[in-house]
Amino acid sequence: MANQRVVIDPITRIEGHLRVEVEVDENNVVQKAYSSSTLWRGIELILKNRDPRDAGLMAQRICGVCTYSHYRAGIECVEDALGVVPPYNAQLVRSILNESLYMHDHVVHFYHLHGLDWVDVVSALSADPKKASELAFQYADLPIATGTDELTAVQRKVAGFVEKGQLGPFANAYWGNKTYKFSPEQNLIALSHYLKALEVQRTAAQMFAIFGAKQPHGQTLVVGGVTSIRDMLSPARLAEWKTKYEIVKDFIDRAYYADVVMAAEAYGSEPSVLGGLGVKNFMASEEMMLNRTEKLFQGGFIKDGDLSKVFDVDETKIKEDVTHAWYEGKEPLQPYDGETIQNYTGFIDGDTVNGKAKVIDPNEKYTWVKAPRYDNQSVEVGPLSCLLVNYARGNEKVKKEVGDFLARTGLPVGALFTTLGRTAARMLQTKLISDNAITTFNSLIENLKTDDSTYTKFEIDPEKEYMGRFIGEVPRGVLSHWVRIKNGVIDNYQAVVPTTWNAGPIDKNGQVGPYEASLIGLKLEDPKKPLEVIRVIHSFDPCMACSVHVIDIKGQELSQYKVNPLASGAAC
Amino acid sequence: MNGFNSMFEKATERIRILSSLEPTQKESIETMLDKKGYDRRDFMKWAASITAMLSLPSQFTPLFADAAKLADRLPLIWLHMAECTGCSEAFIRSDAPTVDSLIFEHISLEYHETLMAAAGWQAEENLEHAMKKYEGKYILLVEGGVPTAMNGMYLTLGAQAKTGLSLVQEAAEKAAAIFSIGTCASFGGIQAAAPNPTGAKGVDKVVGKPVINVPGCPPSAANIVGTLMHFLLFGTLPALDRYSRPKWAYGNRIHDLCERRGHFDAGEFVESFGDDGAKEGWCLYKQGCKGPYTFNNCSTERFNQHVNWPIGAGHGCMGCSEPNFWDTMGPLEKPLDSYLVKGLNKTVDNIGTALLSATVLGIGAHAVASIFMNNNDESEG
Repeated sequence: MANQRVVIDPITRIEGHLRVEVEVDENNVVQKAYSSSTLWRGIELILKNRDPRDAGLMAQRICGVCTYSHYRAGIECVEDALGVVPPYNAQLVRSILNESLYMHDHVVHFYHLHGLDWVDVVSALSADPKKASELAFQYADLPIATGTDELTAVQRKVAGFVEKGQLGPFANAYWGNKTYKFSPEQNLIALSHYLKALEVQRTAAQMFAIFGAKQPHGQTLVVGGVTSIRDMLSPARLAEWKTKYEIVKDFIDRAYYADVVMAAEAYGSEPSVLGGLGVKNFMASEEMMLNRTEKLFQGGFIKDGDLSKVFDVDETKIKEDVTHAWYEGKEPLQPYDGETIQNYTGFIDGDTVNGKAKVIDPNEKYTWVKAPRYDNQSVEVGPLSCLLVNYARGNEKVKKEVGDFLARTGLPVGALFTTLGRTAARMLQTKLISDNAITTFNSLIENLKTDDSTYTKFEIDPEKEYMGRFIGEVPRGVLSHWVRIKNGVIDNYQAVVPTTWNAGPIDKNGQVGPYEASLIGLKLEDPKKPLEVIRVIHSFDPCMACSVHVIDIKGQELSQYKVNPLASGAAC
Repeated sequence: MNGFNSMFEKATERIRILSSLEPTQKESIETMLDKKGYDRRDFMKWAASITAMLSLPSQFTPLFADAAKLADRLPLIWLHMAECTGCSEAFIRSDAPTVDSLIFEHISLEYHETLMAAAGWQAEENLEHAMKKYEGKYILLVEGGVPTAMNGMYLTLGAQAKTGLSLVQEAAEKAAAIFSIGTCASFGGIQAAAPNPTGAKGVDKVVGKPVINVPGCPPSAANIVGTLMHFLLFGTLPALDRYSRPKWAYGNRIHDLCERRGHFDAGEFVESFGDDGAKEGWCLYKQGCKGPYTFNNCSTERFNQHVNWPIGAGHGCMGCSEPNFWDTMGPLEKPLDSYLVKGLNKTVDNIGTALLSATVLGIGAHAVASIFMNNNDESEG
C-alpha cells in the first residue's frame, strides 16, 4: 500500500499559523514530514526608512507571545550600531524583564499550549480526588492546588462541561487516545494546575509590567536605556516585584517542576515521546545578566550530539536557503547579503486520510519560512539546546539542575534527546531562571544605592552609515536582529529567529530541519487523530509569526513592491 | 436618568428575550461563581464597576448583573488573521475583576486557535459546526489584519487552504455581531503600515456589515469585556465614534485624564530620558508622547490589573489605538511638530486628515504655550 498523507492545519495552541503534513506507511509510521507556515506579514520591509529609535517598538509586533524578545533585540541592535552602552541599571532592568518574560512564557506554554497533549481532560473525571490529593505528595514536598476540596471543585467544573456535551475550548480533541499515559488521578492534578496556572500567569505578567509598563508589548525600553526610573526608585514597587516573583517561583517549584517529574514517570516508556529528535546539532547564546561579571547561560554550538566538544558560534557561517521556501534564489546566503524574490506557488490537490484536500508538493516550494543553516547544517535551537550547550560547557548551575532532575526521575542522559527531554528542558530552564532572577534583582538594589542613571545620551549622524546586530537567547532559542542605518533612517533590517531554525523546510542538499526530522519514525495510533505529531511539534513551542519576515536590501521603490518584492524568510 | 429611560426599557426588554433562550451551559453563572468563592456581593460590585466604566447611571447595575448571568447564551468564535497573538495574550491576562475571565469561560468559546484543544480537521469541524449551529447568533471576534493582496493568499487556513479573507467574510456573514479586537483587526495594524506589502486591511473594510472596533496594541481586557457586556445588555451597537470605537472606552483623550497633566499645564517637561524631570514624573510631551492625539482609557484603566502603563513607566504614549498610528505618529519618541519625515513622505500627507482636527490644534497651541512659559526654567534639565 502506498504511503498516506495526513494534513494538520491549523496546528492550534501555538502562536501563528502552521500546517504540518506527514506521510505514513501501512503501519502508520511516519516516513516523511513537511512543515509549512501559511502567513506572511512583511514587517522588516515596513521597518525600512523609519527612525532607528522606532525599530524596537515596531519589531516587538512581530510576536505578542515572546513579546519583549523582539523589542529588546530591536533596541539593542541599534545600540550596537551606534556604539551606545546603556547604564548598568538599565542593563539589569532589561535582564529582570527578560527573566520575568521567561517565567511567564514557559509556564503558559507548558500548561495552556502543550499541556493538553499530555493531559486527558475527560479521564480526569473518573479520578478519586482524595487519592489524587495524596498522590501529589509523591511529586512535590508541598504540592499546590491539590487539596481534596480543590480537586473535587475542579472535577465538578469540568463535569458540567462534559455532561452538557458543550466542551467549549476542550471540544473535539483527541481524548481517549492510547498514548495519553497519565492515570485519572494524575490527569486531575495536572488539570487543577492548568487552571491555577491561568491565575499565576497573570501575576507573572504583572511582574513584567512593574518595570515594563504592560505585558504583552512593554513600552519602557529606549535606545540608550530604560524609562521606568520612577518604578526603580520606589521601594514599594521593588517590593511589589519581589512579592509577585515569589508567588510565581513558588508555583514553578511546587507545580511545574512536580508535573514534569510526574510526566517523566508516566511517559518514561511511551515510545511516541521518546523519539522526536532528528537533528543533533544545537546552538545557544549567552544570556541572563546576573551582575557585572556573571551571566546565567553561556553560548556555543554542539555538532552531531557530541557533548565532549562545544564550539564558539561563528556568525559568518549562518546562511539561509530558499530552495523550498516561497522566495526565488539559488545559493544559500549570509543574512546580511540575503536577497530573495517572493514567489508564492501555493498547494496542490491531493488525497489524504481525511479525503481530498490541498496538500504540499515536496518537490516544489511549500512555506513562507526559509531554511537557515549553520556551516551548511540544520540546527535545533531552544531551551534544550541551551541546557545541552551549558551542560557540555561545564556550567555548574546547569549541571547540578540537570543532574538532580535525572537522579529524581531515574532517567538516563539520553532521555534528554527526546520530545519528553525537550519539554523537561524548558521546565529546567525556567527553574534555573526563577532561582537566579533574584540575584539580578539584588544587583539592581545594590547599585541603586549609589547610582540612579538609566539613560545614555547619543546622536545619530545622518552623514554616517552604521551597522549593528543583536544576538541573544529568548524563550524559543537564539534570536538575532541585524540593522543598517543610512541618512539617519533604517536602510535594512532583518531578524533571524528561533522558529525559523526549527521550522524551516528542506534545503538544496535535501537536508530537513528539526521539525520535519523530529517526526520521522513516529508511529500514529490513529492517523485521523494525530495527537502524537502535535505533541512533538508543540514540544518545540512554535511561534510562526516570528518565523516569517522580509527584507529589502536593494532599496527598491516601495511602490514597486507588487512587481518584484525582495524578501527573506527566517523565523522565532 | 431622564435621557436614559428609553435605553433602560430597551435593556430590560433585551434581558427578557435573552432569558427565554436556551442556555449553552448547564451550570448557572451564579453557581459557578459561588463554587469559585465569589458571593453575590462581589458579583454586584463587579457589575457596578462595569456600569461605571460604561458611563451609565447606577440604576443599570442590576441589569448588567442580569446580563452577565445570561452571558452563557452567547457563543463566541474568535478568528486569527495576520497577527502576533498579543491580543489573545492580553485576553488571557484578564482578571481584574477576576469575574471577567470567568464570564469568558462561561460564554461558549466555540473556536479560538490559541486556546482550543482540537487541531487540524477536528478544529475546522468545530468551526463549521459552530457557524452552522449558531447561525445568526454567535459573536465573531477577529484578531489581526486581513491580507487582501494576491487574492488574500498571504494567509491560508485549514486543509483546504482557504484564504483568511474568505474565511472572515464567511464567518461575518452569519454572525450576530462582529468585534475587531486590537488595532490590526480594526485598522490593519503593523502589517498595514507603509508600504503595506500584503494589502492588509481592517475587518470592516472587507465585510459588508457594521463592525465594532476595539483597538489598542493590545487593547485592555476591560475594553473587550465592556464591549461584550454592552451588546448583551442592549442587543445593539454601543455609541460609537467616527472610527467605530465604543465611546465609553475611547471617548476621552489619554491626555485629558493623564496623571502627568498637571506638569503639562505647568510647563514642566522631561527634556531627556533619565533626567531629573523623569525622576519627578514630569510631562513626556517633548519625548514624543502622543497622549494629546489618542483616544483611549489607559490613563484610568492602565494595564495588567492597573499595575502600570506606558506613561506611568516614563515612556510616552505612541497612539496605538488610532488608525495608521505607525505612519502618522512616528518617530514615536519625537513630538509631532518637531521633525521632517524622511522617506515616508507618502504617509506624512495623511497626518493632516488623521490628526490635525481643530481640537488637536488647540492642544498643540496649549503645548507650545506651556513650553514657552517654561523657557525661563530650561536650565533645570
